[in-house]
Amino acid sequence: MQQHRHLDDELSSLRDRLLLLGGEAERALDRAMHALTERDSEAAKEVLAHDDEIDRLEVEIDRQCIDIIALRQPAARDLRFVIAVVKIAPVLERIADHACNIARAAMDLNNEPQVRSTVDVQRMAEHATGMLHAALDAFAANDPELARQIIQRDKEINNLYNHVFRDLIESMVIEPAAAQRAARLLFVAKHLERIGDYVTDICELTVYMALAAFIKHTK
Amino acid sequence: MSLPISQQIENEASSIQSEDRNAGEAASKISVRDLNFYYGRSQALHGISIEIQEHVVTAFIGPSGCGKSTFLRTLNRMNDIILGTRVEGQVLIDGQDIYSPATDVVDLRRKVGMVFQKSNPFPKSIFDNVAYGLRINRMTSSKSVLEGCVEQALKDAALWDEVKDRLKTSALGLSGGQQQRLCIARALAIQPDVILMDEPASALDPLATAKIEGLIHDLKQQYTIVIVTHNMQQAARVSDQTAFFLLGKLIEVNSTERMFTAPNEKLTEDYITGRFG
Repeated sequence: MQQHRHLDDELSSLRDRLLLLGGEAERALDRAMHALTERDSEAAKEVLAHDDEIDRLEVEIDRQCIDIIALRQPAARDLRFVIAVVKIAPVLERIADHACNIARAAMDLNNEPQVRSTVDVQRMAEHATGMLHAALDAFAANDPELARQIIQRDKEINNLYNHVFRDLIESMVIEPAAAQRAARLLFVAKHLERIGDYVTDICELTVYMALAAFIKHTK
Repeated sequence: MSLPISQQIENEASSIQSEDRNAGEAASKISVRDLNFYYGRSQALHGISIEIQEHVVTAFIGPSGCGKSTFLRTLNRMNDIILGTRVEGQVLIDGQDIYSPATDVVDLRRKVGMVFQKSNPFPKSIFDNVAYGLRINRMTSSKSVLEGCVEQALKDAALWDEVKDRLKTSALGLSGGQQQRLCIARALAIQPDVILMDEPASALDPLATAKIEGLIHDLKQQYTIVIVTHNMQQAARVSDQTAFFLLGKLIEVNSTERMFTAPNEKLTEDYITGRFG
């Protein structure tokens, strides 16, 4: 017979809060890319203004995890869940930080003539957003197989990044006057590439949470 | 290039099996094979088989009435003193079946000492408590050797510094934690190979508990220790190997680290996460 435990309520609340943080990170990334592609600096300002709220949420999750570990001493799958949350929360906060950096770049770029082509950067962003969304689904469903599949998708972002990198370097050579703008866009691409890595971290932690298997740094 | 997912899972499974094999390679001090135990007609233990390794702390956990203390007491035949009990199967210590007719039970209990839940010092002096086993086993007739053995046992039990100036005073004047360590010193004095502990810290405050736990950690260099505990955090802190019992059956035995982070059996996980009703 399964007993209702007070800990279940606390873990459920922790899960909700992490998914809320994940949703905020997703929204920040989405709005930052909107600011870039639609040249909407107001959207960029919204992203920056909302970052404190995301930071606050991360700290709340940290505190909640520490309280649960200190007061409830979770074991086995409960422990793995709390450890996964305490490690995923800062990853999501970092993703939101990257979104802020993209928003700042968008504000700079929006004051200047449009950069030649942002299509591949947009494709990178679509991949990153899709991966992040799926990673949060895998975490919520405690689904290690889905998490492993998402990890494979990071290669696509890396390939796109390499393509964007070559493309933008070439554009700097062809049009030196636009070099500064191209460099800013290159940083945006790098932020998106890093977000792909962070999503991979989330997926690795989901596999750990579900199976107690450490797949980080394994080929 | 990353391996296919099915291959990764297979690799993980072989890595776990490899860990299990490595754990099994340590020297086995006690081998229990298909042990059944009965109180009259009531069967309390069902087909228990376990290897208890030398110089390792093994914890038995499980809910009240699961048979963990009964099983502990089969390891030095303490259940023999209860009328109507019966044992089937084998308990081998250093390869010798302790239930064979040739076994000298007194010698067995010298080799396999025991510390109980409630400290039980004799109403004698501190010195005489520790010297008691040495005297009745006629382990020495020399006063100086006896004194040396008592001092060493008290030092090994981390009690010497607290009692060295009052060895002739009554043991009943010691605190609960000190009395329990005195009982451990009494068990150590007769130089056992194995120490069985039945909830040795359940009646102690956190400081006294910490001293007993520290002592267990130190003693495992020299002894094989088996501890029954209701306190799962204590099992996690002091033991290297943990065995989970339920309704007289051994459900799982595993490294303590694995038991508390990723047990193999769902019943174990339900118990240690408090989901078990």
